[in-house]
Amino acid sequence: MSEHAAVGKLKEKFSAAVLGVAEFREETTVTVKKEDVVAISTFLKEELGYNFLCDLCGVDYLGEAPRFMVVYNLYNIATKDRLRVKVPVEESDPKVDSVIGVWGTANWHERECWDLMGISFNNHPDLRRILMPADWDGHPLRKDYPLQGPGREPYQGRLS
Amino acid sequence: MGVEQTLGNNVVTTSLDKLVNWSRSKSLWPMTFGLACCAIEMMAAGAARFDLDRLGILFRASPRQSDCIIIAGTVTKKMLPVILTVYEQMPEPKYVIAMGACACSGGIFDTYSTVQGIDEYLPVDVYIPGCPPRPEGLIYGIGKLQEKIMKERNSFGAAIGIGEVINEA
Amino acid sequence: MLENYLPILVLVAIAFAFALGSVVMSRLVGPKKPSAIKLAPYECGMPLVGTARERVSVKFYIIAMLFIVFDIEAVFLYPWAVMFKKLGLFGFVEMGVFIAILLVGYVYVWKKGALEWE
Repeated sequence: MSEHAAVGKLKEKFSAAVLGVAEFREETTVTVKKEDVVAISTFLKEELGYNFLCDLCGVDYLGEAPRFMVVYNLYNIATKDRLRVKVPVEESDPKVDSVIGVWGTANWHERECWDLMGISFNNHPDLRRILMPADWDGHPLRKDYPLQGPGREPYQGRLS
Repeated sequence: MGVEQTLGNNVVTTSLDKLVNWSRSKSLWPMTFGLACCAIEMMAAGAARFDLDRLGILFRASPRQSDCIIIAGTVTKKMLPVILTVYEQMPEPKYVIAMGACACSGGIFDTYSTVQGIDEYLPVDVYIPGCPPRPEGLIYGIGKLQEKIMKERNSFGAAIGIGEVINEA
Repeated sequence: MLENYLPILVLVAIAFAFALGSVVMSRLVGPKKPSAIKLAPYECGMPLVGTARERVSVKFYIIAMLFIVFDIEAVFLYPWAVMFKKLGLFGFVEMGVFIAILLVGYVYVWKKGALEWE
């Protein structure tokens, strides 16, 4: 299968960095170490042709270690193949290298990830808030952030 | 506040007041502030089937040329300084219509980023509930604003600089 | 014959007086409530970026000038057309010479590229 071929090539080149492969209903997900994300991204784009970064987002698994995961959804326009790359990020060191040199669209996606999740990206040219006001404190989409915002009473639920 | 200074209370001044109120209420020029889904209903109200032009309403893009501002949609905390600046730049007399549940009270978005009702920051004259209110609802709300303007007193006096407009208590 | 135009003069005078009177009266008796934000230039509620006094491209001036020249030519054509029968062949040739001179200028402008809007 073509997806396995891409994953196979990835494994033989970066055998130390690949932490796991999962497949579910014909969607393949590769978990890699965060230190090698730029090298792996460049390899995936140049050699294997995944030239479209559909999405870059952060996930908060509160209570698990590592707490955060940065997910890259990739797509090969020529062969119409999809691949997902996941990078686990510790809460104590929430920094990942920026893939902005590989796919330019990562610029605003990484800004959103920083704004809402607090995962900062090294070598990002302009890492500032994009959805929240510029002087906002905190990262709202983390699981321990109050939904009503700081300083307001939490939602009581339906009272009658 | 003390004695409210008016131009007078005879039939001439009240007729002049009625003239000014009539001309203001029957030619309301709103500044469109369509933020979210209520903007679609506002557009629908301005379009062919529920024409707002027949009520004298022309949508102006600039706050300098508008009488009232229709806050149609969810107000986020990031948009709030923009709304306040635009409201300040409107000339008096100005009115505020809060259209939709989000502008009235924050709507279903009881969250960190949404202002819980624009009346925390602006003096609202008419609240139009609905999510979104149908165009008939918006037209009814504008009719209520027109009634409120018609009930003002001393509008002619305020227009020539004597006293202020007195709304009913 | 000129007295036929008296009603138009009266109309123009009334229109002028109404417009002037509206502006003057609102200036005199209208209440003024200025504030700092109200007097600031309108930039959709955002803080200002730069000034409005930018340099304007010269192509606007060139197009306006060309328009004036050829518009005056058209203005001259109208009374000539009215008196065409009386002017006869002499008038025809004379107007032909006039148009030919302006045509030379037009070809020059065309070849020089002044009609290209970027």
